[in-house]
Amino acid sequence: MRGKYLLSAVVVVISASMMAPARPSGGTVSGKITYEGTPAKQKPIDMSKEPSCAKQYTTPPTTETVVTGPNNALENVVVYISAGAPDEAAPSKAAVFTQKGCRYLPHVLAFQVNQELNVLNEDQTSHNIHPLAKINREWNKSQPPGAPPIVDKYDKPEMIAVKCNIHPWMHGTFAVLKNSHYSISGGDGSFTLPNLPPGKYTITAFHESYGDQSQEVTISGSETKTVSFTFKAKPY
Amino acid sequence: MRKMNILKCLVGIAVLLAAPLLVSAQQVETHIGKVTGHADTGRQLYFRYCWGCHGFHGNGTGENWIPTGGFPDTPNLNIQPRNFVAATFKCRSTPTGTLPTDQDLYNSLVRGLTMSNMPSWITLTDQNRADLVAFIKTFSDRWNTDKAGTPINVPPEPAPTVQSIQHGKELFTKLECWKCHGPEGRGDGPSASTLTDSNDEPIRPYNFAAGSRFKCGTTNHDLYKIFMTGLDGTPMPSFADVIKPDEAWDLVHYLRTLQVYHKSPELALWMGTKEGAEIVKAQKVRGTPTGSGVNQ
Repeated sequence: MRGKYLLSAVVVVISASMMAPARPSGGTVSGKITYEGTPAKQKPIDMSKEPSCAKQYTTPPTTETVVTGPNNALENVVVYISAGAPDEAAPSKAAVFTQKGCRYLPHVLAFQVNQELNVLNEDQTSHNIHPLAKINREWNKSQPPGAPPIVDKYDKPEMIAVKCNIHPWMHGTFAVLKNSHYSISGGDGSFTLPNLPPGKYTITAFHESYGDQSQEVTISGSETKTVSFTFKAKPY
Repeated sequence: MRKMNILKCLVGIAVLLAAPLLVSAQQVETHIGKVTGHADTGRQLYFRYCWGCHGFHGNGTGENWIPTGGFPDTPNLNIQPRNFVAATFKCRSTPTGTLPTDQDLYNSLVRGLTMSNMPSWITLTDQNRADLVAFIKTFSDRWNTDKAGTPINVPPEPAPTVQSIQHGKELFTKLECWKCHGPEGRGDGPSASTLTDSNDEPIRPYNFAAGSRFKCGTTNHDLYKIFMTGLDGTPMPSFADVIKPDEAWDLVHYLRTLQVYHKSPELALWMGTKEGAEIVKAQKVRGTPTGSGVNQ
């Protein structure tokens, strides 16, 4: 009898918690990130010094400093609201950064201030994870095969370059952001920032090789505004 | 006469630039044993002894530092003086990603950093050094926002044995220390030539074969701390999460046997075994501990 009460109490709590985060559907900012000019040609990565990784590929993967798609689309651009939106508490779900085949998956990982970060090593070789933070604290940890995840968090917003010193081709980015309104451009260069309450926002687009750009946008009601960014590609 | 005017002008600019430093310098104190260091006194010492290398603003670009590719064209081994504005320090007793203790900074002043241009400041008094540490901490706001890390626990060192050396040797392979430091610890591993520090300046791994002292000390205790805290700002990571304390001592004992010019109990023990004697005999000593003259 008692157990039944407990069960129904649990069900009530769960359903309440599921209902709570239902956000008022606000406006949306979406658009496309493109480049103009000639981007640096991405080179095949020579992993011959790390046979356990090299054998995972039939053709060597290429570097990812500039990843492009059809129609001048630019991938891996972090689009976020840099001003106008309130700071938000970190979500409880951890952001996961995986080292696999001596590459970072994803290449660019966005997460919030104080959100848990888990770094996994799925390779048969040691990596050292070295996020080159300037505003946050810089650390550098070894993670041999089979080691537990490295758990950390950052308490200030920052774009942090991440590298592995043992495998110099491994480069990635941690985008530590103040709120949950962010998107990373996909293979077609598109991004979407949904659920924006009415207001005036500064939208910033950050690319690891081309820096950042910002635009102002005002949202009223549930409209969808289109904002596009074009980065000048440098051929080096 | 004209020269004098320029000089006066420069002094004036210098005073103006130093003004903000003066304000914050007043508040910082350090406690080294019974000595209390004061930043305002340390400031005077800094601008007498340190700024030639560490720079007027403490960012490591003093006039004595020649950047890579600068004149004269140095072979990438000109280690940049510490940038106190970044507040990232190699030699710490605290975990990676944390600020060092006052004592850690003080110890670096006493010891100097071997194979770099940083001398040992034993000529100064205890009070001088404590004052300097206090002043160095005024260059970065981190000292106001963050606390120094808690020093890692270093358990008492067990006596070295052949077994501990052998186990340390296995760890050296398993943890892939050799990727940078080389299979024989000569600083010539497959990744050695690609290493850069956090400022993208080339840096080389320690060449155990040619060295006896380490950048962060000379004792087994110092060696333990180097790989358990990592040398922040360099490619050397922390192994604190992946090596158990007793294993760490095994690794220390093995690393000592790589230093064939350094008489140690570990080397003597190792030489007493057939395997060890062969390895030590085959060790080739080339170049310097910091990697100059090492073929990578």
